[in-house]
Amino acid sequence: MTNRLSPFLGTMIIVGFAFLYGPIASVIVYSFNASRLVTVWAGFSTRWYVELLSNDQIRNAALTSFEIALISATGALILGTLAGFVLSRYRRFAGRTIFGGLITGPLVMPEVITGLSLLLLFVALGQAIGWPKERGVLTIAIAHITLGMAYVSVVVEARLSSFDRSLEEAALDLGAKPAKVFAVITLPLIAPALVAGWLLAFTLSLDDLVIASFTSGPSATTLPMVIFSSVRMGVSPQINALATLLLVAVAAAVLIAGRILARTRNSPTT
Amino acid sequence: MPGPGSRPASEGPIPHLVLANVAKRFPQAASPAVDGVSLELARGEFFALLGPSGCGKTTLLRMLAGFEMPDAGSIRIDGQDMGAVPPYARPVNMMFQSYALFPHMSVADNVGFGLRQAKRPKDEIAARVAAMLDLVKLGALARRKPGQLSGGEKQRVALARALINEPKLLLLDEPLTALDRKLREETRFELVRIQRRVGITFLMVTHDQEEAMSMASRIAVMEKGRIAQIGAPAEVYERPANRFVAGFLGAINLFEARVVAATNDLLTLDSVEIGARLTVTHDRVLPLGTEVALALRPEKLSLARMPDSRWNNSLAGTVRGVAYRGEASDVEIELTCGKIVRATMANIGGARDTLDIGQPIFAGWSGEAGVVLEQ
Repeated sequence: MTNRLSPFLGTMIIVGFAFLYGPIASVIVYSFNASRLVTVWAGFSTRWYVELLSNDQIRNAALTSFEIALISATGALILGTLAGFVLSRYRRFAGRTIFGGLITGPLVMPEVITGLSLLLLFVALGQAIGWPKERGVLTIAIAHITLGMAYVSVVVEARLSSFDRSLEEAALDLGAKPAKVFAVITLPLIAPALVAGWLLAFTLSLDDLVIASFTSGPSATTLPMVIFSSVRMGVSPQINALATLLLVAVAAAVLIAGRILARTRNSPTT
Repeated sequence: MPGPGSRPASEGPIPHLVLANVAKRFPQAASPAVDGVSLELARGEFFALLGPSGCGKTTLLRMLAGFEMPDAGSIRIDGQDMGAVPPYARPVNMMFQSYALFPHMSVADNVGFGLRQAKRPKDEIAARVAAMLDLVKLGALARRKPGQLSGGEKQRVALARALINEPKLLLLDEPLTALDRKLREETRFELVRIQRRVGITFLMVTHDQEEAMSMASRIAVMEKGRIAQIGAPAEVYERPANRFVAGFLGAINLFEARVVAATNDLLTLDSVEIGARLTVTHDRVLPLGTEVALALRPEKLSLARMPDSRWNNSLAGTVRGVAYRGEASDVEIELTCGKIVRATMANIGGARDTLDIGQPIFAGWSGEAGVVLEQ
């Protein structure tokens, strides 16, 4: 095996990357365009970033999005960790296969179906028990939790399945009670997976459009919803600037999550 | 230290560690993992549970630590029943096969973990950790993380961590398996030295008969969840109770035979298998016609070109193969009847007395060299 790429493979890689990232690169480049026309380059400028920051609608949508992302990532972390624990520690119980399938179901479920079914659920609940009175931040957050916890449970289960149980037994043997063992041994050792899971859930919530559109009400508009609706009126260079900022935030979160997971995998405990 | 093969000298009226008919069967397992084991250990003993994998030795160890509950029988330490005592409250500590060092804590924090759980004062913990690290010669590495240690260093940290709470009983699960061969041999002496120094009862589990014999003062050989034989290393090796023990503690030649004459301490056996009469000393008079096996360790066989007058038994054959090992050579001999026997020759004569393959040879032994296995 040589490490050199054949000319064919090299070309394919360049074409592939261009196909995937060319459009994104053009968004970033045109976000610094001085012209009002999105497709005509008229020199470098940061005016759209300045205008963006003074746009109340977008600022409020950004705040709403972050609020939802914070709530849903935290909720997904708690529920997903519990599910991951059950799946990795209890290898045999009635309905385990179904439970595992249902937990990870949202990973493969079409978002339209998830969004529609949750919308119907919230409407039916509102009529039956009077809650939720209106859809908004809370209903979007609940919807995002169902999606996020699937990711968290997969990450946590993977970490726990490579976890050396004798570490916990050693702590127990040395006089630590089970709750103490969890706090001083298990938790610190799976913490990287928890952080990574939280960041993944946060990112998912931040850029979701479909589920949020189904489950939101008049009081809550998320950032992707604002972008989507304003693009229908024609692309404003402000949206390019916003997309660039969003891209940077998501890329940073994914990069950090990946780094943390990779470090855990390389550590001698696994 | 109890004498070889003797029952442990119990100190006072209450025995130190008593296992009575301990049994354990895992769900969905065809046969019990531990099938009625009874055992008594004296304080300060270095005891080894020896057996092949799956013989139940590790399950027994885990029941002593409290990670598994016996289905039947009792475990008592200094008279106190351990039945309902959880692992964190037992006066027992364990050194894990994988060492199970906490990767996010320094060496000193690992060693001090047990004392912190016992809520000892800070300065006492620091002093005792330092003393313990000195004992295992790791004082210079106190600030390191386990990931920065070699295999041998990890093993010593694990030992120090398990010893620091001064347990009544220390369990060692395959303590040397993870080390390379040279280090393993050095560590044997080190472990025995530390055990003598701290005076804690050590109970070791191993599948390596050399490890068990070289370190332990007594050995229990386990087979299929039961104890096949208990005794001092030399006793178990020289006087195995049955074929399994004989075969597990090293290479052995077995001759199937029938008793044809018996006096007080001498049996005459007739072996149809090799077509020869064999004499052997035995402490029991067996009825004529009893089917037995004569077991003979390879190093008890002498080889010569002509039968020796000091031999009580001799068999003719040809050299089939020689494996030179440095300090000794293993020789395979094909007897005239076709059976293969193994002999070990100490390499005293240097390169001079070499054996050629195919050369005729006589293998012989005295009456005391063999062991009669009744089962």
